[in-house]
Amino acid sequence: MAKTEIKFDVKTHILVPKHFLMKKEEVDELLQTYNIKKKQLPKIKKTDPAIEGMEIEKGDVIKILRKSPTVGETFFYRVVV
Amino acid sequence: MAEEYIYKKVGSIFFGLLGPTVIKKIGSVKIVTPELYDKEGYPVDGGLMDVRLGVIDPGLRCKTCNGKLKECPGHFGYMDLARPVIHIKYVRPILTLLKYTCRECANVLMNEEDIKKKKTLKETGKCPHCQAKQFKIKLEKPNNYVENDVRLSPIEIRARLEKISDDSVRMLGINPEYARPEWMVLTLLPIPPVTVRPSITLESGERSEDDLTHKLGDIVRINQRLFENINAGAPEIIIEDLWDLLQYHITTYFDNAISQVPPARHRSGQPLKTLSERIKSKEGRFRYNLAGKRVNYAARTVISPDPKIKFNEVGIPKIIAMELTVPEKVTSWNTEWLKKLIENGPENYVGANYVITADKKKRKITEETKEQILTDLVPGCIVERHLMDGDVCVFNRQPSLHRMSIMCHKIRVLPGRSFRLNPGVCTPYNADFDGDEMNLHIPQTEEARAEAEILMQVQSHIITPKNGFNVIGCTNDAITGNYLLTRDLKLSREDSIQLLYSIGVKEFNLSKSKELDGKEVFSALLPRDFDFIGNSKDGRTVKIERGKLVEGIIDKSTIGEDNGTLIRALYAKYGEDIGIDLLGKLFRLGIAVLLRTGFTTSISDTDLPEDVLQKNKSLTVQTEKKVDELIQQFKNGKLDAMPGLTVKETLEKMILQNLNSLRNKIGEVVFESIPEENSTILMAKSGATGNILNVAQMAASVGQQALGGSRIRNGYRDRTIVAFEKGSLSPSAKGFVYGGYRDGLSPTEYFFHAMTGRDSLMDTALRTPKSGYLYRRLSNALQDLKIEYDSTVRDANGNIVQFKYGDDGIDVHKSEGGKINVQKIVKEVATYG
Repeated sequence: MAKTEIKFDVKTHILVPKHFLMKKEEVDELLQTYNIKKKQLPKIKKTDPAIEGMEIEKGDVIKILRKSPTVGETFFYRVVV
Repeated sequence: MAEEYIYKKVGSIFFGLLGPTVIKKIGSVKIVTPELYDKEGYPVDGGLMDVRLGVIDPGLRCKTCNGKLKECPGHFGYMDLARPVIHIKYVRPILTLLKYTCRECANVLMNEEDIKKKKTLKETGKCPHCQAKQFKIKLEKPNNYVENDVRLSPIEIRARLEKISDDSVRMLGINPEYARPEWMVLTLLPIPPVTVRPSITLESGERSEDDLTHKLGDIVRINQRLFENINAGAPEIIIEDLWDLLQYHITTYFDNAISQVPPARHRSGQPLKTLSERIKSKEGRFRYNLAGKRVNYAARTVISPDPKIKFNEVGIPKIIAMELTVPEKVTSWNTEWLKKLIENGPENYVGANYVITADKKKRKITEETKEQILTDLVPGCIVERHLMDGDVCVFNRQPSLHRMSIMCHKIRVLPGRSFRLNPGVCTPYNADFDGDEMNLHIPQTEEARAEAEILMQVQSHIITPKNGFNVIGCTNDAITGNYLLTRDLKLSREDSIQLLYSIGVKEFNLSKSKELDGKEVFSALLPRDFDFIGNSKDGRTVKIERGKLVEGIIDKSTIGEDNGTLIRALYAKYGEDIGIDLLGKLFRLGIAVLLRTGFTTSISDTDLPEDVLQKNKSLTVQTEKKVDELIQQFKNGKLDAMPGLTVKETLEKMILQNLNSLRNKIGEVVFESIPEENSTILMAKSGATGNILNVAQMAASVGQQALGGSRIRNGYRDRTIVAFEKGSLSPSAKGFVYGGYRDGLSPTEYFFHAMTGRDSLMDTALRTPKSGYLYRRLSNALQDLKIEYDSTVRDANGNIVQFKYGDDGIDVHKSEGGKINVQKIVKEVATYG
């Protein structure tokens, strides 16, 4: 794709929830609370537009603040692949 | 004879092609002659029924493995083909292989660089390796390859495929160890064992061969002729013809439903069922034999209603009760009883059909065997006795989309030929009685029976896991009856007692007065420590104090399906067994009340007084005027467009609004004018069936007919029907029906009504299979997701799907519409501790 093209930043769209990068300690805590390995987490592609521009490596965990019809707002976690 | 099993775990599995060497290796016979049997009727050596291919006759032994009928799995044979033949199922891959490789050097048509860069194949017309010119290869269906208008023979094709190196093959995504490309062109044909194509001996003693055997016979015959002609040096045309014929036979042997190939047929004209047809589609091996499970101890028949039996019972015909059985183990305590059942035999009801002796031999009970069986009966034997009242069964109606689609009922043996079920359980099964059939299964072990009784009984499924409401409740007459009873019915003491006794309530406490209120009769069913506060359909309070209905009228919102609050309160307080019993009594009470008072609906229900008719007329005229004004405004260009709509759309929308509100207004007027005691209104008010709109449509006006969200659109010439002027926008020209069902519709109205009727009919007919398939895919995708103890949702591998079920972790089954009423719980805890 040509670079001159104006690209729409999906992160600004209201339907795209906020994505945060988690610190290592936070990730460890998360894995411990659910007693799981990293690969058991839901996955997100490294190329996903919603995490574009973040300094991210494979294996990082993304914390997402999602809207929920039952509780208002809730956190979701996805591992970068 | 002890059965021996070898338990092995499948480590891996691969799929590949059968190469000639393998075919030869697994083949135990070389087939050389199309003859099947000799004059004595004995299989010919080297024929298609060769004894070395396995045994299909009892008593004979296999010449290859020396096994008897059920021991020998059968053995493959093979056949040399005089000329190679294309395997029809690999026509496509062969084409790709030919296209992607050089016709001279057999290398893949890419140079090293392109391969490294993972570039896609380019069509340059030249081989990058040997510079040989490449030609376009076209597939002439079904199995001819043409290069430059010259047909390639299978021999040439095979030669080219052979030349492709293992590395090239690998690059094209094929593992040459398991599938060399040239194996897609057959030189040897494996002959399946006779056990997969058994012949049937007809009553006349004649033998009828399997379709596959017929087809193989054709192949062998043509193959032999081809051999002979080639050896005799026959002209090329003859050989070509025979070769094509051989190709045809082998093609249809694999698949007899290829579009360009005429299907091979029996002499009678019906197409042969060859290899592909055996496996494919609904009647094929997978869906019919492997995925389709068939069981014994099951029955299926038409269902019909019986409101007098309990919710958790099912009435079954005596004929079925005498066919299905329950295994009863003989012990010293029941020997006498079981002996009597055997005495009755299979012909008399409450008898027995079979006895399984202590050494596991099954013996049919007949007049002749009866005595012997009786003398041999010892503890340890099993008697398969007829079904009796109270036996456990599993009852099911397809499509089983629910867990409530399969529930456990107790058997009630009844006369007749249909399954009888309480109309209250129609909803969970989604059944009606317009010819529906249902299935019934009899669990055969103690474990199965216990599981069915504990987990699957109807009373365990009053509450649906969908939203925590009740799927089972009072319907139709049962609601109307209770409504009438608790509204203002007065009964004499004698009548009350008669009423209660008739529905099976034998203990009750009625006041001593001569005339009893309906509320008191209703209260007689309730437990004495029961308190309840709820609302009736119109929002008024319904109050029960210490088992007495003190205020309010019972209707749909208290005892109905889906959010019948009283039912859920009873269920919560007294548990499922008492709950279903009370629900059954409520149901029967409603029906008994209607039986006593009499209840009917008739055309006179839709009679309207003169003043109401006048009122409706004036309302209609008013609306017509308004619509006319709108049309005038539109025509004069004075109508302002609404946001996002054109002027014309605005007009349509406004007209539609006006006409719909007219119908609602008429509905209100009708509802107000019709007396309380009108049966149709009564049913609508109590929530049993129908609503006010239905009454208005019958009595006054059917209203606007809408097709696809708008009024009826114009046809080809600016109007809907030729009865109207061109360009007319009036209500009647666009599908407004002034008439009601009672007085009838005018021809044009009738036509518009038929249009919408047809549309909705089509819609349901098309939507049902579509949504069914969508649901099937959804449920298959979600089938092994599970909520773990930490309330995460995980799949079978432990991967997390949701971190908290539904984000709030609420068990919907135990909620009310997905919500937990905390206040209510606090109150309950506070009052009861």
